[in-house]
Amino acid sequence: MDMTPLPEITHQSLRIRRPLPLDCGIVLDGVTIAYRTYGILNAARSNAVLVCHALTGDQYVAETHPLTGKPGWWNRLVGSDLPLDTERYFVICANVLGGCMGSTGPRSPRDGNHAEPWGIDFPPITIQDMVRAQKMLIDELRIERLFAVIGGSMGGMQVLAWAALYPNAVFAALPIATAAYHSAQNIAFHEVGRQAILGDPDFREGRYWEQGVIPAQGLAVARMTAHITYLSEAALSRKFGRRIQGGSDVGGALFGERFAVESYLEHQGSSFVRRFDANSYLSITRAMDFFDLAADYGGSLAAAFRNTRTRFLLVSFSSDWLFPTAESRAIARALNQVAANISFVEIVSDKGHDAFLLDEPDFSRTVAGFLAGSAVAAGI
Amino acid sequence: MAKAPEVRYVAKNMRVDLELIASMVAPETRVLDIGCGDGALIEHLFRTKGCDARGIEIDMAVVTRAVAHGLPVMQGDADTDLSHYPDHAFDYVILSRTLQAVERPREVLRQMLRIGTRAIVSFPNFGHWSLRWQLLVTGRMPMTKTWARMWYETPNIHPCTIRDFFVLCQAEGYTVEQWLAADEAGHRAPWRRWPMLANLFGEQGLFLLRRSSGEESPH
Repeated sequence: MDMTPLPEITHQSLRIRRPLPLDCGIVLDGVTIAYRTYGILNAARSNAVLVCHALTGDQYVAETHPLTGKPGWWNRLVGSDLPLDTERYFVICANVLGGCMGSTGPRSPRDGNHAEPWGIDFPPITIQDMVRAQKMLIDELRIERLFAVIGGSMGGMQVLAWAALYPNAVFAALPIATAAYHSAQNIAFHEVGRQAILGDPDFREGRYWEQGVIPAQGLAVARMTAHITYLSEAALSRKFGRRIQGGSDVGGALFGERFAVESYLEHQGSSFVRRFDANSYLSITRAMDFFDLAADYGGSLAAAFRNTRTRFLLVSFSSDWLFPTAESRAIARALNQVAANISFVEIVSDKGHDAFLLDEPDFSRTVAGFLAGSAVAAGI
Repeated sequence: MAKAPEVRYVAKNMRVDLELIASMVAPETRVLDIGCGDGALIEHLFRTKGCDARGIEIDMAVVTRAVAHGLPVMQGDADTDLSHYPDHAFDYVILSRTLQAVERPREVLRQMLRIGTRAIVSFPNFGHWSLRWQLLVTGRMPMTKTWARMWYETPNIHPCTIRDFFVLCQAEGYTVEQWLAADEAGHRAPWRRWPMLANLFGEQGLFLLRRSSGEESPH
């Protein structure tokens, strides 16, 4: 299976003029944020919607990906006449800090003078750091208040951080299939993935680019493990069951026959390593693991949202066991404690965590209705 | 009114007593509607009175419809979720035709008057003459358009009469600022001054309550 990285290309980006102080104490200069926009910013600059992507997503939310050729990851939700209607809203999506699709991250040059990438030495970043970088981008675009910030999974974590850090800059917040902290179980799954990367002989202590290799096996296993957590038992049974599909070129008789689910995961792993940087994966999974919004506010999640005037829509999916409904309900209760304006639904789906990326008509209708109602309230 | 058996709360058409409830709400106020159904009252209060009105509804499918309609509604349970709200967060907390279906009506009322300055409560009156008559004549649990489910499957586990409710308000120290009886169509019934008659002829009771002075919580 082809595991060679796809060629690097130039992404639309903006160099942030101000230094970016990170939670770890290090200050990053000359941060670059790669981003895409869809639709037109209105004269009042009041119709901007920021989409925050998940762990392995990127800024190509509603267009064919220039590297992989795949459709935009949320092209069911973002576009003309869709819930995030690009005829009506100015949609922005930025590659996260630490990412590998053009924004400053482990693959970026360490500083202006060194062509050598940061690699494993890239400073540890947090979800809040990602959000601060996005805020700088929004400032550069001269947008004072976002009409809405929306994202699923790690994107939802960013939405929560946005609402906590910049309450006056967020009119409506839509944290989808997410949690206010990363659970022990989720950290555990991430750690399995990271160990697979770190244990790959081609990892070369994080300096794999020097030898012109990538820890493809390790990164693929990390992706395979993670991918299982994005699905559900019901979805796997429905899609693959115990179906046998072809043979394998390794292992002789023992692997003479392969389950369809095995081939599927293998494909997920190998296509992933072609587009994603291993050090980025380490960096971003770490940021997710350390996310605990309440911890920044004396252990009280409600305190993170004190006096908030932001309108919230929380959405969870019934078969999502990675970010179960209970996590969204905990956020809802914290928001109730500060009498915030909240809408909260659990969408019935058997597709697991991935449901937020898939065709779920109730989910689309919910987002569309919430945004339409919020637009009336915001006067846009 | 027929209703899918898995749904716990009584079916209701918010439009029936929407006008009567809305008439008790001052403009530009903060309102929480518990058991808001499809959110018709919230929408009405937002559109006609400029209220910051929000809802809680237990039925997820109904919540999804309400949110998809652009209304701020969260899935939640009156019996368990009110305790998360801060004191005095709302000017009005509304419980329309839901009191008889909650597990702990007295606690729900206490929570309503903790988080809201005023509570508006409506409920179908079990003291209506037709119910009394059926019980007297047939010796079986009454069945009417409102009380349409057999006793073993009704979601209305705490039926009460208008007089019962007056007694509870007194025991709990709530001041009844306004009350009225209405027929099933939501028209105001004319027994305003005579609770005994209202209890006999009113198909539903509607109350505007606040904590009696001196009963204010200390914080």
